[in-house]
Amino acid sequence: MTGNTAAPGKAIAPRQRGSWIGARLLGSVHGLAFVGLALAEAGLILALALELSFAIFVYPLLFIPPTLLAVRRLASVVRRLSGEWCGVPIPEPYRPFREPSPRAGTWRRFGQASGQLITEPATWRDLLWMTLDPLLIWLLPAIPVTIAGWGLFGVLMPAYWDPIVQAGGNNWYAFIPVTNWLTALLSVPLGLAFIALGLWLVPYFLRWYGQAARSMLAPTKQVALEQQVVHLSETRAEVVDTGAAEIRRIERDLHDGAQARLVAMGMTLSAAEQVIDDNPAAARALLLEARDSSAKALTELRDLVRGIHPPVLADRGIGEAVRALAMDTGRNIQVTNELPGRPPAPVESAAYFAVSELLANVSKHAGASHVWIDMRYERGMLRIDVGDDGQGGADPSQGTGLRGIERRLSAFDGILALSSPPGGPTVATLELPCELSSPKTSSF
Amino acid sequence: MRVVIAEDLFLLRDGLIRMLEAHGFEVAAAVDTGAGLLAAVDEHRPDAAVVDVRLPPTFTDEGLRAALEARRRVPGLPVLVLSQYVEQIYARELLADGSGGVGYLLKDRVFDSAQFADALRRVAGGGTAMDPEVISRLLARNADDSDLGGLSPREREVLELMAEGRSNAAIAQRMVITERAVAKHTSSIFTKLALQPSDDDNRRVLAVLAYLGR
Repeated sequence: MTGNTAAPGKAIAPRQRGSWIGARLLGSVHGLAFVGLALAEAGLILALALELSFAIFVYPLLFIPPTLLAVRRLASVVRRLSGEWCGVPIPEPYRPFREPSPRAGTWRRFGQASGQLITEPATWRDLLWMTLDPLLIWLLPAIPVTIAGWGLFGVLMPAYWDPIVQAGGNNWYAFIPVTNWLTALLSVPLGLAFIALGLWLVPYFLRWYGQAARSMLAPTKQVALEQQVVHLSETRAEVVDTGAAEIRRIERDLHDGAQARLVAMGMTLSAAEQVIDDNPAAARALLLEARDSSAKALTELRDLVRGIHPPVLADRGIGEAVRALAMDTGRNIQVTNELPGRPPAPVESAAYFAVSELLANVSKHAGASHVWIDMRYERGMLRIDVGDDGQGGADPSQGTGLRGIERRLSAFDGILALSSPPGGPTVATLELPCELSSPKTSSF
Repeated sequence: MRVVIAEDLFLLRDGLIRMLEAHGFEVAAAVDTGAGLLAAVDEHRPDAAVVDVRLPPTFTDEGLRAALEARRRVPGLPVLVLSQYVEQIYARELLADGSGGVGYLLKDRVFDSAQFADALRRVAGGGTAMDPEVISRLLARNADDSDLGGLSPREREVLELMAEGRSNAAIAQRMVITERAVAKHTSSIFTKLALQPSDDDNRRVLAVLAYLGR
């Protein structure tokens, strides 16, 4: 498992690694694990069936909500495993859980929670799935494992064909009647072929299984739309909040900074005007003071603008702006820019400030000697990696910086994923869906 | 000395013309676009060009790109670039051809007209004039840099002032040491940065480049 944190229902696919055979052996183990899962599912369905059949005694009904909760938990396990093992991530379909009032009595709270569980349409889809899944598991993930197991039986045939025949067993291996050493040895290559076939099939069957699971466990179109509405209104509220806070900050900076300096400058100038005839020396000193004020006002305005929209970003776009940012950090940062064009300005700005924040984090915590930034455009996404070889162990739940980045990005349906195992390396990846405009051609 | 000005804000353009004329420059042309600058350079072959980074029609780095293009067409054309902001990345692009005659200053520097005229003369003479803000941001970033680590703090200070484009005499006055001491520091800097002995002005530019580069 990687330490990915991503918005629920979305994940950045981990990169493929490991050898062909290793990945498939692991897949077989996963297939076997699904068989274990099938037993648990069958057990839950059986429990539910028992509770319903004894409903006449009333109190078994009390066990139904906890059983349904267990069903939900198990379905969530299948959703997670489908993403991690089968490469088919499945989002959660449930409506948000409304916490019952803590002042209500235990029974009331139990009733409210059970009510939500029973009226949730996804619960019933989960149940249907759970009834079918044990069968499906035997059909899909278990088949290639069985074939490979059957192959193993053939490969080991020379070790135990004799006792089987001695005991009077009817020992056919596939189409080979194993009755002597020759046929026992013949079954070895056949067994190897079965193993290869089984291993070759594993990823396909796992993927089909994941797709079957998604068809039942993923949110229905309506629920997906509802979830999107909730997500959109949340992000909109956040964007409005941050926008308002930003404007307040700018207003305060202008008020305390440049505006105050200009007022002081005006006063100094009028003082100079009053004394210029009687005392030219004093007037000259006042004029110098006014000039200093204007220089300071300019400096403050410059810093303010840099924080709102950095000049290089406006001039050259995200690629060069990140390069300039890397230069300003004072470290040797390797920047790779493979963007064929420019994203829209708001996306560029969000990405820029996210990278800026990530770099600040690197210099604060990582203790890294090598830092790199990769910018690419893939499948309609602006994708930026910020990596370092520091000590790792960054925890996104700590600190508000990463949360702030996520908020900024979520307004554009963008996400941030962080992989930071203890000992490093740390790689933060941000993805923003966007269109690229073709690069500006020089006018000369 | 004949100069061409490219600045789109009327007030600033007007102010620049008056100020430069007051300091004995002849303003051959004052234009407001990058394309206009190239045409004016072609027509007048000035001794120097004063260019604002942000020009129409794009209002991005049009002026900078026009200045670089002008230097490609007229190699060694002294260019003094003015901007509301100074960015290292632009400073590097200006210095990249290593031939000197480059200035990059904040617009604020025109407040001190004598110093500004001085900087323009230096640039026209093939020297450099980097804004102290570029230098100070570089200093902040190079605080623990190994490449320039061989330089003593004193030598760094000299290099910093050299990057701003000051002469040995000016550096001596600023650091309150003798000119001979400055000369000793500079030759030590050249040795440490492995710059071959050649014409002194050029080496100064190369030293600044080493400072800004990488």
